[in-house]
Amino acid sequence: MNFLETFRVSFEAILSNKVRSGLTMLGVIIGVMAVILLVSIGEGARVYITKELTGLGTNLLIIQPGKTSTSGGFHPPSAGTVRKLTYDDAQALKRRAWLLTDAVPLVFGTGRIKFGNLGRDTMIIGTTPEFQRVRNLYVDTGSFISQGDVDSKAKIVVLGTKVKEELFGDQNALGKVVMLSDARYRVVGVMRKKGTSLGMDIDDVVYVPVTSGQELFDTDALFEIIASTPRAEDTDRAIAQIKDILMKRHAHKEDFTLQTQGAMLDTMNTILGVLTAVLGGIAGISLLVGGIGIMNIMLVSVRERTREIGIRKALGARNKDIMAQFMIEAMTLSGAGGIIGILIGVGLALIIPVFIDVLPTSVSAWSILMAFTFSAAVGVFFGVYPARKAALQDPIQALRYE
Amino acid sequence: MIELANITKTYRMGEVDITVLSDVSLKVRQGELIAIMGPSGSGKSTLMNIIGCLDRPTSGVYRFEQREISTLSDDELASVRNVKIGFVFQTFNLLPRFSALKNVEVPLIYSGVPARVRRERAIPLLEQVGLSERMHHKPTELSGGQQQRVAIARALVNHPPLLLADEPTGNLDSRSGEEILKILTGLNKQGVTIIIVTHDPGVAALCKRNIHLKDGQIVGDQVTA
Ligand SMILES: Nc1ncnc2c1ncn2[C@@H]1O[C@H](COP(=O)(O)OP(=O)(O)O)[C@@H](O)[C@H]1O
Ligand SMILES: [Mg+2]
Repeated sequence: MNFLETFRVSFEAILSNKVRSGLTMLGVIIGVMAVILLVSIGEGARVYITKELTGLGTNLLIIQPGKTSTSGGFHPPSAGTVRKLTYDDAQALKRRAWLLTDAVPLVFGTGRIKFGNLGRDTMIIGTTPEFQRVRNLYVDTGSFISQGDVDSKAKIVVLGTKVKEELFGDQNALGKVVMLSDARYRVVGVMRKKGTSLGMDIDDVVYVPVTSGQELFDTDALFEIIASTPRAEDTDRAIAQIKDILMKRHAHKEDFTLQTQGAMLDTMNTILGVLTAVLGGIAGISLLVGGIGIMNIMLVSVRERTREIGIRKALGARNKDIMAQFMIEAMTLSGAGGIIGILIGVGLALIIPVFIDVLPTSVSAWSILMAFTFSAAVGVFFGVYPARKAALQDPIQALRYE
Repeated sequence: MIELANITKTYRMGEVDITVLSDVSLKVRQGELIAIMGPSGSGKSTLMNIIGCLDRPTSGVYRFEQREISTLSDDELASVRNVKIGFVFQTFNLLPRFSALKNVEVPLIYSGVPARVRRERAIPLLEQVGLSERMHHKPTELSGGQQQRVAIARALVNHPPLLLADEPTGNLDSRSGEEILKILTGLNKQGVTIIIVTHDPGVAALCKRNIHLKDGQIVGDQVTA
């Protein structure tokens, strides 16, 4: 018996019971749709975070005070043994670590900026001129902080566009004097508009010289040093250099933590990979439930058509012909459900980011392929038992069945 | 053509075995027209099922065209049913979702005949049983007599040498029954070997040979002149 004929017979059986077939398919449709949708949301998050992290600037090394071990979490620095990171540490790295292009000192915190009777709570970052290059954030009008400003603890400030708009509107801000925590600062520049990244509004920030920032936050330490190497291959050697230089200055103690951007990316990728797998797995369970639905309906169908099976056998159908008929029926149900589920899932994955912009999605070919393969496999797996049951019917019993 | 030697059939019902056929021996030659008679439950249908290769005897030897049936696999039996035997049942047993034409085509599907050829072979048979106008009707749209004629066309579509009819007129009014019998006797004249199970002495009278079954045994086997 040829395949096409078997297929036609199965298809007619499906069409002859449209509501039931539709409901059975719905289980698979929802399962496949959920797999595609959840996997593309997980993938979307991964792609988004990777993009944002690399958008910060490439090959960054972040040095923070205190020691966190990769296995044991954070060890709070015990008093007296830990030295803070200082501006001089950053200067030393910049001078002596020749594998680094930059070593940018940072202090940051929130504070209130006021102009006239307008005020705004914003992020204040104290840094040096190289910040622009390292973080890929550039000034638009006016100028950024200069080394002279850092050396002289100049009371100057560069505004993010958001802050500029809130305080000055369309007016020119350059040269105006604003209040930062009761100190007078002169606006020398406005940054280029950048938007939000990883939930933070990059434009809702103001920049001051790192030395002035230390005064604002009443500290002589740094919160962070961002270093960068020009080539990814040099990262390991650069780390060694940083450790060597800093430990010499810190009484031979490694009382700081080095994070590489690559390691951060890897960690994020791992977390999101697991998340995606878990989401996909949960969706997979619903696909499995859909498969059980198919098996259930196929068993009903085999029972209902017992007499038909008997007739077909009397007319010369072999066991494998009957088997094929019911297998194809199960696989058509799951395959058609799979295709419809893919269409709806991909459609939703493409539409969702249009309406919900915090939910990026990324439809990958492999998730489509996986969902389809899985749904076809579900059809085979859950179709085999009912189809075997049909094929092995005794023709006499089947013909006597009422 | 057919030879049954000491055929026994027992069914297991829970703890007890019931013997439905015991020690049945029978020879059928090419071209015979045979009526099998006997009270209800005497084993007529069981005998027909064994002759039709739908069922296997518990013991005894069954040869169909010199071939020992008990040694054949399920698939080989299916192919014997497909090519060598036509079945006509009391309850017609048409596939309800298919048109008359599609029903007649079904045995050809299992012989691997392509769709176009199937139609070419099925249509003349429906014409032969007088249903050329009803080819595209579903079984539910046909009368009992018409359904049985579709069933006969279906049984003949592969030109089998043997036709088995188990109470073919049992569910029909006498006029439709007569038409069916006319078709069957006509086929026999063309050389098809036919075995009919019947309760009707009138039907039996049309057959040259009458076999009587009682309690699973042959109690009479007469050839009338
Ligand atoms: N599959 C079966 N299982 C158990 N008993 C059966 C089965 N088929 C037939 N029988 C029994 O065998 C006997 C003969 O049945 P059957 O051949 O159909 O008789 P007939 O066609 O002469 O009326 C009956 O008593 C019936 O109940
Ligand atoms: Mg009977």
